[in-house]
Amino acid sequence: MFMRGPSLGTRLFLLGIFSVLLMFLDHREHHLEAVRHALSVAVYPVRLAVDLPSRGLSWVAESLSARGRLLDENRRLRDERMEFLARLQRLEALQAENTRLRALLDSAPRVADRVLVANILSVDLDPFQHRLVVDKGSSDGAYVGQAMLDAGGIVGQITRVEPYSSEAILISDPSHATPVEVNRNGLRSIAIGTGDSGHVNLPFLPNNADVRVGDLLVSSGLGGAFPPGYPVARVSGVERLPGEPFAKVVAEPTGALNREREVLLVWSRVSRPEASPEEETPPEAPGEPE
Amino acid sequence: MTGRARFWPVLLALLIALSLEVAPLPAALEAWRPPWVALTVIYWAMLQPGRYGVGIAWLVGIVLDVLKGSILGQHALMLAVAAFLTIRFCQRLRVFPIWQKTIAVCAIVAVYTFIGFWIDGMTGDLEGSLLRLASIASALVVWPPLYWVSNRLLAPQAGR
Repeated sequence: MFMRGPSLGTRLFLLGIFSVLLMFLDHREHHLEAVRHALSVAVYPVRLAVDLPSRGLSWVAESLSARGRLLDENRRLRDERMEFLARLQRLEALQAENTRLRALLDSAPRVADRVLVANILSVDLDPFQHRLVVDKGSSDGAYVGQAMLDAGGIVGQITRVEPYSSEAILISDPSHATPVEVNRNGLRSIAIGTGDSGHVNLPFLPNNADVRVGDLLVSSGLGGAFPPGYPVARVSGVERLPGEPFAKVVAEPTGALNREREVLLVWSRVSRPEASPEEETPPEAPGEPE
Repeated sequence: MTGRARFWPVLLALLIALSLEVAPLPAALEAWRPPWVALTVIYWAMLQPGRYGVGIAWLVGIVLDVLKGSILGQHALMLAVAAFLTIRFCQRLRVFPIWQKTIAVCAIVAVYTFIGFWIDGMTGDLEGSLLRLASIASALVVWPPLYWVSNRLLAPQAGR
């Protein structure tokens, strides 16, 4: 293109203006989703190709691992399954009871969440942002703002949906805030990412707040992005500085951020309509969505 | 130089560079990932400034934007500027010995990186520390072998 056209400087100038325009449209107005969708289908093979070696390695490791180890793993998994099934029975009874009690209180029942397993493609987007790519997109019904869990708890949420893959932001990204509550006493706060996948901060807890090391933080469901009641992090440090208005509270995410190959996408139908596309969630919504 | 037939080395080099740009690395090394696509664009702009100019660089940048999930136009602008600087100084660059060439390329990569900072800063995604400059250092290390290998492998067919 532009083989014998305007001079080099002019071309750069025009392209520069065009780039700025594109960036403005993309960042401020979100007008270019269609363009991005079309192009993302074109780059999807690159993402798959990049993911291939690590997938191949794990396949080789699996097929070469000794029979004895597989049997051991199988036995362990079966034991775990038995244990979980037993716990699940109790859970079902509790859920029924909960629904009954909620009906008595006249509040909306919690709807059981639907989940789908998604694989994380081993694609590094930007070393300074905690983003990742999963292999489920709008063709599987994923949507922007959808919560992402793993076995340990909430991992992040989806920020951009493409036909066959989606980009997600982790709760440890510095621009991500997760509305949480302390499981022990219902104290609500916000967990903000630090850029380190081992820590999140809770900067808005006053010095006299009842929070202790070891407290489990679960999602509060405020803001509508995350379904309530899933574990998010465990408080790992509380420092109360008399001179400061807020305590320094640090928590460790319970989910295996950046270490997992698989995540669960959750459809929580209660809060779907007000799921905000951006990660900002209001600090205190006036009423509980539940 | 007969047009179309020699297009595939460029395409191949770009595909490899795009893959390397998002290939998984251990967490400790992530910040040190060389800007593969930028280096490739600089290489081809240096070799054939008449054919692979700012327009192609810009298009490659759009693809990179989609691949990395950055805002559309960011890498496009960065790569267009890198290609512009390369072509502008290309006549001088070509006669430089390899170490001077490396330094010049690093300067271009530095400009490329800083434009990235500014855009990140304006859109509010600016995170990280001085480690962000690590990719310039790794470009310094990667460029001489990359140049040598590419010249051996690709240029005999595509060079002039």
